[in-house]
Amino acid sequence: MFPPVPNPTTGPQTSKFGEKDLIRRSASTITPPAERQTEVAKLIDVSKCIGCKACQAACIEWNDTHPELESNTGIYENPHDLTPDMFTLMRFTEWENPETNNLEWLIRKDGCMHCEDPGCLKACPAPGAIVQYSNGIVDFVHENCIGCGYCIKGCPFNIPRISKVDHTAYKCTLCSDRIAVGQGPACAKACPTQAIVYGTKDEMKKHAEGRIADLKSRGFEKAGLYDPPGVGGTHVMYVLHHADQPEIYAGLPNNPRISPVVEAWKGVTKYAGLAVMGVAAVTGFLHYMVNGPNRVSEEDEEAAERLTGDRSS
Amino acid sequence: MTNSWTDIKNTDLVIIMGGNAAEAHPCGFKWVTEAKANRGARLIVVDPRFTRSASVADVYAPIRQGTDIAFLLGVINHCINNDKVQWDYVKAFTNASFIVRDGFGYKDGLFTGYDEAKRDYDKTSWDYVIAPDAFAAVDETLTNPRCVWNLLKEHVSVYTPEMVERICGTPKDTFLKVTEMIAECSSPTKVMTSMYALGWTQHSKGSQNIRAMAMLQLILGNIGMRGGGMNALRGHSNIQGLTDVGLMSNLIPGYLTIPKDQEVDLETYMSTRGFKPLRPNQTSYWQNYRKFFVSFQKAMWGSAATPENDFAYDWLPKLDVSGYDVLRIFELMHEGKVNGYMCQGFNPLLAAPNRKKLTDALSKLKFLVTMDPLDTETARFWENHGEFNDVDPSQIQTEVIQLPSTCFAEDEGSLTNSGRWLQWHWAGGTPPGEAKNDNWIMAQIHVRLKELYRKEGGAFPDPIVNLDWAYADAGAPTAEELAKEVNGKALATVYDAADPTKVVAEAGKLLPSFAALRDDGSTTSGCWIYSGCFNENGNNMARRDTTDPDETGAYPKWAFSWPLNRRILYNRASADLNGKPWDPDRKLIEWDGTKWTGYDVPDIAPTAKPGEVGPFIMNPEGVSRLFTRGMMRDGPFPAHYEPFESPLSNLVAPNVRGNPAARVFEGDFKQFAEPASEEFPYAATSYRLTEHFHYWTKHCRTNAVLQPEFFVEISEQLASEKGIAAGGWVRVWSKRGEVRAKAVVTKRIKPLICDGKPVHVVGIPLHWGFTGVAKKGFGPNSLTPYVGDANIETPEYKAFLVNIEPVAGPAA
Amino acid sequence: MNMELSRRQFLGAAGAGVAATALGAFGFGEIEAAHAEAIRAFKLVNTTETRNTCPYCSVACGVILYSRGDLKKGEQAEIMHIEGDTDHPTNRGTLCPKGAALLDFVKSDTRLRYPMIRKPGSDKFERVGWDEALDRVVRLMKDDRDANFVEKNDAGQTVNRWLTTGFLAASATTNETAWETYKVVRSTGMLAFDNQARV
Repeated sequence: MFPPVPNPTTGPQTSKFGEKDLIRRSASTITPPAERQTEVAKLIDVSKCIGCKACQAACIEWNDTHPELESNTGIYENPHDLTPDMFTLMRFTEWENPETNNLEWLIRKDGCMHCEDPGCLKACPAPGAIVQYSNGIVDFVHENCIGCGYCIKGCPFNIPRISKVDHTAYKCTLCSDRIAVGQGPACAKACPTQAIVYGTKDEMKKHAEGRIADLKSRGFEKAGLYDPPGVGGTHVMYVLHHADQPEIYAGLPNNPRISPVVEAWKGVTKYAGLAVMGVAAVTGFLHYMVNGPNRVSEEDEEAAERLTGDRSS
Repeated sequence: MTNSWTDIKNTDLVIIMGGNAAEAHPCGFKWVTEAKANRGARLIVVDPRFTRSASVADVYAPIRQGTDIAFLLGVINHCINNDKVQWDYVKAFTNASFIVRDGFGYKDGLFTGYDEAKRDYDKTSWDYVIAPDAFAAVDETLTNPRCVWNLLKEHVSVYTPEMVERICGTPKDTFLKVTEMIAECSSPTKVMTSMYALGWTQHSKGSQNIRAMAMLQLILGNIGMRGGGMNALRGHSNIQGLTDVGLMSNLIPGYLTIPKDQEVDLETYMSTRGFKPLRPNQTSYWQNYRKFFVSFQKAMWGSAATPENDFAYDWLPKLDVSGYDVLRIFELMHEGKVNGYMCQGFNPLLAAPNRKKLTDALSKLKFLVTMDPLDTETARFWENHGEFNDVDPSQIQTEVIQLPSTCFAEDEGSLTNSGRWLQWHWAGGTPPGEAKNDNWIMAQIHVRLKELYRKEGGAFPDPIVNLDWAYADAGAPTAEELAKEVNGKALATVYDAADPTKVVAEAGKLLPSFAALRDDGSTTSGCWIYSGCFNENGNNMARRDTTDPDETGAYPKWAFSWPLNRRILYNRASADLNGKPWDPDRKLIEWDGTKWTGYDVPDIAPTAKPGEVGPFIMNPEGVSRLFTRGMMRDGPFPAHYEPFESPLSNLVAPNVRGNPAARVFEGDFKQFAEPASEEFPYAATSYRLTEHFHYWTKHCRTNAVLQPEFFVEISEQLASEKGIAAGGWVRVWSKRGEVRAKAVVTKRIKPLICDGKPVHVVGIPLHWGFTGVAKKGFGPNSLTPYVGDANIETPEYKAFLVNIEPVAGPAA
Repeated sequence: MNMELSRRQFLGAAGAGVAATALGAFGFGEIEAAHAEAIRAFKLVNTTETRNTCPYCSVACGVILYSRGDLKKGEQAEIMHIEGDTDHPTNRGTLCPKGAALLDFVKSDTRLRYPMIRKPGSDKFERVGWDEALDRVVRLMKDDRDANFVEKNDAGQTVNRWLTTGFLAASATTNETAWETYKVVRSTGMLAFDNQARV
């Protein structure tokens, strides 16, 4: 058994990482720390996952979120999508394997991948609204968030969601508050089958090797690790039985990468800031860049407005 | 469970059939995952639906609900025909060699002695030949055609792979693949575990489903082994404990039984209990029955239970029928013969079958008392909730008293899990409002009732006013006081039976274990099998030492496992006739030449010689039973019977409908759909979903979010035939009622081809009602038939017939 | 609200926003850091822990209740979080979606708080005190028992049973409650006695 997440202690504690460990900060230039903390990661073994949604329940309870009570629409995904109050979601796919004719019920826990090269952070125009710590955690700072929604466009995995209540973006924090005191994420602690495990990124890769060997012994020739290089690798990785076809797992991107226009934005923000460029112009420019020059339309503008929840002023 | 959750990591093959462990017991299922990951164990799931357990299985085999016996006897037939039998185990540890009486037989689906009018058997012929020495006759060569083995071989021969496919709808190649994987476990060094739950019990032949697998496990030599066993996963946190403590019509704590009318005194009662050994040297532990019974009577009535009054034997009520189980009591209530009903943490309006009948029955009560931490449909059965509870309160004259109780987090005490671990828990929160714990509520009822009898007199007050009630605060016994009473104490000093100079327990002290019980009134014990749980060493249920020598998964110092802290039942059978483990890597206990030693408390007398004393110490035979004599109402072997409502007639016994020995009340027979009914053509089944627990978690917002609304599941084929859209509304109806639900259309349910015809399965989860935070909905019990298992009356929730059609949704 | 402004201010006051961006670019990030602590304070600090077991299925997972206030010190204790107990041999800290949401059971809006009585023909429950509720329960029990208790059957055998009132026991009460319930119920002569294991 992989060492389980320990019980929390209730005494006063000092945070194991913080501002001094930032390696990236949205729309800002910072001096990274001289020494990087050991990179952490969560490994989600889809082949061990029983789709029980304990991760969702633990996430709701730990983060004190209040997802809406929806209705049944003929599917098992509840809520039906990630929401500002549901940072992780089991996505269910009924897949008939054409090689074996066997039904496979592919169940993938969706949520923030904590990319090494985070598209959300790079797209974010609000200084300090998205930060990345040297241990790999990408976190949102709500006080700094302006709710523009560009993080969603910058994210190759379509993860962040904007709250209609406080108009800021939400996603999985990797339970940064738990990790800061030497705990593991709430979902990893709860996961009944250890389909979710947490540790250093190296440990996770090693653990994945054992899992992949087991899957190969059961006839899953293409079992493998999902740690996509297009985003510099991720701090949430998957073991997939069909690693050659990640897209069958409810559309997991085959080769996720940050849009080149978002990559360009980092330069632009500096330029924009230094040139004391009007912010309205900046956002307009960014919007243009993210959507591409050929795709900007009035509907897009409206969609962006809806996205940011701005109907007044 | 014969074994424990943590022991499952030791297995080589897991078969989940009659259960859905990944969904209903996710954290126990962890140990399946561990066995797979660390031992390369394989997982087989046999189920009408491709469940979340199936999603992580190596092999999934579809099966039509209610046909498990045909499948399992098919596997046994294969093992016998292909010499996949652990012969040394079968010969030494089962009754394969016992000779059966000449009168016994089986023909056309019926065993000898059937009385159609009574729906019951005269079981006289279902027994061994008893030799003049008063022992059962055996033929160790297994050549006698009347020995159990040869009768079994004949009995299962009809269940060929082809017949299994016709009855069960399991494709022959899948069945054979599963069978071959199972058959490999006949090796002494390969072990399979059976994990089952209500998918086997909720049938009119539920007990025989379980027997069929137990027989297979014996043939494979997997009982008593680490990683083996028959593992009943059990549904609720203390179902095991409530049963152990005997809260059933016919039980006394520790699986003693309530006397019958004709057992007019203690001697008559004892004459059919306390069995003598049927083979030489055997333990036959029930010979101690009288000690357990007398100690129980002393725990009930203390000094008022004396040798002169047969230890207050007359104060126990006597049974005139097999038992007043929940089905019988609701039947009597429906007939207007019951005035009062008290429900303690139980919601029968959703949990018992045939909702309409239940509502009618409750409406005939004079009073209903409920005790719960959460609101229930039962407590509000009189309240109108539109289509979800369409009643007229003004027409219901039942007085209802709802008492608020604490929940787990505000109460302390022990629960017994399915692995028989008694685990203590502590209170951590202040109860809401005026909620009170159950101990207080029950004590208040007793104390106040006793006071009324003292003041007013009345019908036979003796057992009430003399009930032993020596708690520090009579109105509020503590959990510790009660636990000590369950364990038992010495009223006079108890001496060793073999050595009268040796003191076993001083007068007034807690007993070390049930080995100290006496039948002369000098000891007490509320529940003998729990004795040892709270003794002079302290509260053993509260132990939290996680030591586990050699990581066998036993955790012998964690909590307390009944009986005697034994972790694996029948563990003597893990070693051969010389006392050596069948599999050295799986050693549990072994014979060191003078005594049994090892990782677990031996399930045999410590100095009982391996060649002489058999491992099944509760049986007078000393061995396990492939043929169960007259112990079961519906036959000494399992046989395939269709559910009472079935899309097919019985292919092996065309004239038999349902289980011929199951009790059916007159009015209920008329409410069954005909076999292969055109009016109700679809095979329905009910079940839990992993997001919810029974009818409780619809009160919990998070769980309501994770699975908000009642739905039914059908195949793409049936959806297309009936024009049902995914997420659309459907009406599902049976001969007893109807529900409206959302439709989930899925590849996980596929039509089964049974006897050449497609059978469509309709899946109906059970978590919704009209109280709580989730959307209002129905339970499957609006549809289910009012009939139970022949032996224990568990209702047939897993197999019944319905029809389905698309409908418009409710007006917005 | 810090100087980096809300979205509305951001859109409405271009200059301020640009200044913020510029600050970042010039390496003044440390100034804002004090205002922008991303990591939430660990919410279990200074809570009281109590060991318990999950009340749902019979795996009986170990859980830890975290409360403000300590019952053992005679205080009011409000449970504010529940999670799995890693020291427990069976669940090792894990919990299923039911167990992981146990707090919602403890805090459910539909927890019962007061004894209630619904009178014959009424369409509502009415709150009563415990004394009134319990005295009513035992009065109803005694009247029915006295009227219908059977001491002897037709054959003259002593049977001492009471069949017109039944008791349905729980599935999640403790063994200690079970034993006490057994005593109380059996001593009345009730035979219609069952528990959830039946179904």
